[in-house]
Amino acid sequence: MTLQLVLLIAAALFAIGLYGALSQQVLVMVMMGIEVMINGVLLAGGALWFFLAPTPDGQTLLVVILAAMTVEMAMGFAVATVIHRSRNSDMTDAATELHG
Amino acid sequence: MSVVLFWFFSIVAVASAAAVFIVNSMARASYALALSFIAVGAIIVQLELDYIGVITILMMVMEMAIMAVFMVMYMGMNPALMPMDMRHNKHRSAIIAVFVFVLLAAGALLIPWPERMGVPAANVTASLGESLMGSKMLVMLVISPVLFATIIASLVLANPRGRYDRRGDNLDRRGADGRSEPEDPIRGGLGR
Repeated sequence: MTLQLVLLIAAALFAIGLYGALSQQVLVMVMMGIEVMINGVLLAGGALWFFLAPTPDGQTLLVVILAAMTVEMAMGFAVATVIHRSRNSDMTDAATELHG
Repeated sequence: MSVVLFWFFSIVAVASAAAVFIVNSMARASYALALSFIAVGAIIVQLELDYIGVITILMMVMEMAIMAVFMVMYMGMNPALMPMDMRHNKHRSAIIAVFVFVLLAAGALLIPWPERMGVPAANVTASLGESLMGSKMLVMLVISPVLFATIIASLVLANPRGRYDRRGDNLDRRGADGRSEPEDPIRGGLGR
């Protein structure tokens, strides 16, 4: 287990999540993509903490990442609810008001 | 032993993350995502971050359970289990994802990482608590209002029609005779 190896796995998770967030049509699936991306960031943060600077302070950054994950999920579900209520759809293609 | 465990959890994490977007039903996708989070949480525990790893696993398993409830709410019981293709713009997304992976991997492998500075505290969890309640309290002070604002914002977005919609910003709008409830196409509250 080396820093490079863990970072590679984190990069793989991030790229998979990016693919999902870009390619999925259903809002909940887009959120899953973003979750996988944040998952990769969390893993990379943990690896950098452990291999480079294992001080107590560094862990607080991981707490921030966890909080970001929670906020993303809650707001994502709220937006999905609004779109579902107004369009009766859960697809991203139904929400294009801001499109050019 | 720890090397074997690390490889096992890594393969599970990446494979199940990929499975999220390969399987063709949303219920399976959310279980695959939960599995990926559990594997990443286990790797984080291996990195001696016990608290963060366990919290990740607990939080994400609960989150996936909630996600399954939302999926059933939006799509009904059957579509969540029914196979379907939910992707658009596949090729360009794949190209961008591969490019980002190559970029990040190159960074991970080519950057001359510095030497390790310091050693983990004897009790990592206690030291996290002490720094959150001590020198890094600003993190706690920022996260708390952000989470509170999230609760309010998501309630405002998800709430269909509240008393402020019926009675105005100062809650003083009344019906035609000046005393009764205002006319409203969608009734709400008690006795609706």
